[in-house]
Amino acid sequence: MNKPLRRIAIFCGLLVLALLVRDNWIQYVQADELKNHDGNHRVLIARYSQPRGNIIVDGQPITGSAETNGIDFKYKRTYKDGPMWAPVTGFASQAYGANQIENIEDGILTGNDDRLFFNRTIDMITGKKQKGGDVITTLNRKAQEAAFKGLGDKKGAVAALDPRTGKILALASTPSYDPSKIAGATSKDKKAWLGLQPKTDKDDPMLNRALRQTYPPGSTFKVVTAAAALENGKYTDIDGATNSPVPWKLPLSTQNLPNEGNIPCENASLRQALRYSCNTVFGKLGDDLGKEKMREQAEKFGFNETVDTPVRAYASVYPEKMDRPGNAMSAIGQFDNRATPLQMAMVAAAVANDGKLMKPYMVDSLRAPNLNTIEQTDPEQMSQPLSSENAQKLQSMMETVVKEGTGTSAQIPGVTVGGKTGTAQHGVANSKNPYAWFISYAKGNDGSPVAVAVVIEGSNTLRGDIAGGKLAAPIAKSVMQAVLETERDK
Amino acid sequence: MSSSTTNTTTISTAGPPSRRNTELAMLVFAVIIPVFAYANAGLALSDEMPSGMLSYGLGLGLLAGVGHLVVRKFAPYADPLLLPIATLLNGLGLVLIWRLDQSRRLAQRAKDAGMAFSPSAPNQLIYSALGVALFVGVLILLKDHRILQRYTYISMVVALILLILPMFFPARFGARIWITLGSFSIQPGEFAKIIIAVFFSGYLMVKRDALALASRRFMGLYLPRGRDLGPILVVWGMSILILVFETDLGTSLLFFGLFVVMLYVATERTSWIVFGLLMSAAGAVGVATFEPHVQSRVDAWLQPFEVAKNGGSDQIAQALMAFGSGGVFGTGLGQGNSDLIGFAANSDFILATVGEELGLAGTMGLLLLYGLIVERGVRTALAARDPFGKLLAIGLSAAFAIQVFVVAGGVMGLIPLTGMTMPFIAQGGSSVIANWALVAILIKVSDTARRPAPTPAPTTDAEMTQVVRP
Repeated sequence: MNKPLRRIAIFCGLLVLALLVRDNWIQYVQADELKNHDGNHRVLIARYSQPRGNIIVDGQPITGSAETNGIDFKYKRTYKDGPMWAPVTGFASQAYGANQIENIEDGILTGNDDRLFFNRTIDMITGKKQKGGDVITTLNRKAQEAAFKGLGDKKGAVAALDPRTGKILALASTPSYDPSKIAGATSKDKKAWLGLQPKTDKDDPMLNRALRQTYPPGSTFKVVTAAAALENGKYTDIDGATNSPVPWKLPLSTQNLPNEGNIPCENASLRQALRYSCNTVFGKLGDDLGKEKMREQAEKFGFNETVDTPVRAYASVYPEKMDRPGNAMSAIGQFDNRATPLQMAMVAAAVANDGKLMKPYMVDSLRAPNLNTIEQTDPEQMSQPLSSENAQKLQSMMETVVKEGTGTSAQIPGVTVGGKTGTAQHGVANSKNPYAWFISYAKGNDGSPVAVAVVIEGSNTLRGDIAGGKLAAPIAKSVMQAVLETERDK
Repeated sequence: MSSSTTNTTTISTAGPPSRRNTELAMLVFAVIIPVFAYANAGLALSDEMPSGMLSYGLGLGLLAGVGHLVVRKFAPYADPLLLPIATLLNGLGLVLIWRLDQSRRLAQRAKDAGMAFSPSAPNQLIYSALGVALFVGVLILLKDHRILQRYTYISMVVALILLILPMFFPARFGARIWITLGSFSIQPGEFAKIIIAVFFSGYLMVKRDALALASRRFMGLYLPRGRDLGPILVVWGMSILILVFETDLGTSLLFFGLFVVMLYVATERTSWIVFGLLMSAAGAVGVATFEPHVQSRVDAWLQPFEVAKNGGSDQIAQALMAFGSGGVFGTGLGQGNSDLIGFAANSDFILATVGEELGLAGTMGLLLLYGLIVERGVRTALAARDPFGKLLAIGLSAAFAIQVFVVAGGVMGLIPLTGMTMPFIAQGGSSVIANWALVAILIKVSDTARRPAPTPAPTTDAEMTQVVRP
């Protein structure tokens, strides 16, 4: 009987061997995959098992961590002035994941990043708990407050940049939401989360309008058209007369392109055309330059491309396929071209920075728990949409707009301000309230420290009152003032 | 003559070593390791030494000590490894169950389901004591394992009753494998495993010649006669019935596998294995196609994450993630999250806690401990001098091996999950008591096998006689 017994012994050995092989497979070969699997709750448990690192503005954290008594999660994310900073921070929720900076820099904030390996090892040896690092942003608290307060209960967004470096100074979007309310995993958080979904809240408060909503840019796009005209040598003298008849018929069409009111646009110089916001002059300019050149110029300003700040800003659009009247309408920002507030701030910034467009960014540096800087973002030139000479011409034109044109409400005593208003119509037969735009920059002692774009959509203000100059320009002004003030205090 | 005495092994009056002191030394480790594990888990969970530390250590030490003394007295030549390994596994099991008792997540889960959450470790300690009591009882009362041979047919009847009885009790958690009496419930399958091995051993010992010799040769295989196929068909039918009516894949597999193994050992005919495999394949495919319970188990095995995502049971997915998260060295006792498995975390799925908290290293060690028990069992079968003892030992070892494979393979996603318990470590009274009895029988058989042959009566020329030891 011993021969079959030995075979059975081998069989039992094989059973154990199969188990050992399988064990190695799931605990060694597939271990990382299973460990980081989407369904693996441990990832979240680990994320909230220690206080999360903070997001910092002007040296002060705008986030925090609170100890909870939950079974799964020891700590919960908290936010100071959550609604104001939500477009910057995004949210980190125990139940709903994270987005924006909270998601992109999660490795640093939780301390899991490879660059923190040394810190973790030291903590492990010394028996300390793992700590998260901090994310230092480029934002300016006062500018953000000015932007958020300025928007108030209106629906809109503000993006402000430092034209010299590309630092994002303000990023506001209203209506906003408080990420603290969805940070937990309780039924209260669930209710708040469901209430924020676009299905229940038509205003979509979680949408980051400054980076991720594109609007028809309206007349603010005339700055791009003017830049194209100067860059392509269509006109070199901004005070010389242009060849611009009034009324001007749209190409391939029997329709006239109307101007807003009775304004002196016939053969107006570029300066005057921008001052009065002449549709006829810029529509014809766009048509004269042609679709290709217009698109080329727009793309130099950053259109048709996403920007990672590192939070991704959606691409603004200057379409490739358009007919001639479409292109002419696009030249005044009223057709298929669309822009995010950040994009229009980039346009103003490039002009203000003598033609150099700096890549916008909002994470200045990443800091390890021991306060060592582990990554520093350096300013980076993105492109040169126009020559320094042409940029200065355009600055002069935009400054006229603020001094004596449509943008007078953005004037700041003792400061040179350039800007452009916009009122973009939308809806079937312009039935909806138009979007009010304002883009501007202010000059300081050393170049221009701030460029800002403001858009306000669907306000309840009377239609006649909605022009960008009235609604949007005052917000831009207070943001610029806030930045100038901090510049002065430096 | 004097030259031969110096060069050969001889029987001396001292006899072969009993290895009892080896057993005692290993038992010390088998008690100390779980006590340290208990302290470790307690420190990790609440930063302080668990309060029951001393009594737990003393309790386990007492059980092991009693076991050892009884073995020393009643089975002095027994295999020295079986008792220490069983003690170690039982002790670790208690620690793991206690550790899961501390889980706030499981407590909350019970509360949400409207049930009171009661810790399982104290009960498990009582069951372990009962198990050791049964172990002691078997060693004292069973003077010789061959006595069991007399009860061949009684065993058959008892086994059938134990297997069939759960059909008349309500199903719990999708399987009818419990006999419920008030608040008390037992899993008869665990006991049936031993009794069936006794029946098969007795039956096959008598019939092995008929089954082995009366056969025709066909394509290199010895085909059994039609009438000899009878018993295998009956057993096959029984296991299918268990599968269909009790929806108990594990017991069915164990039952049939055990029979095929013992039939093969008894007859030395490979053809039985071929038949066995063919019939179990046919049975499995047949049942799996029309039995929804089995089907869902197979689905959960093939696509654990999809099933979990679509609202099915996420146990396998959770178990796999627990294993994966443990990695090579594990999180350390008390620091994992294997309680995410929820239902049956401390019984069927307890191996996942081992996997997460002790890692690949600990799990492999644990599996090797089981392997070692099986190996000692097989060695006992090889050394046994009587066919009944051989069959009984190999049957019990094979049943143990199949059970470990089926449950560990199920939890690790190697084979479909069958709902059996990990011997000794899983929570559950029937399991721990039955497995102590199983170890007791193995120890008894090994004692008989290793017991030196009676000293031959001194002859006139009383010289040492040269022998070859088995």
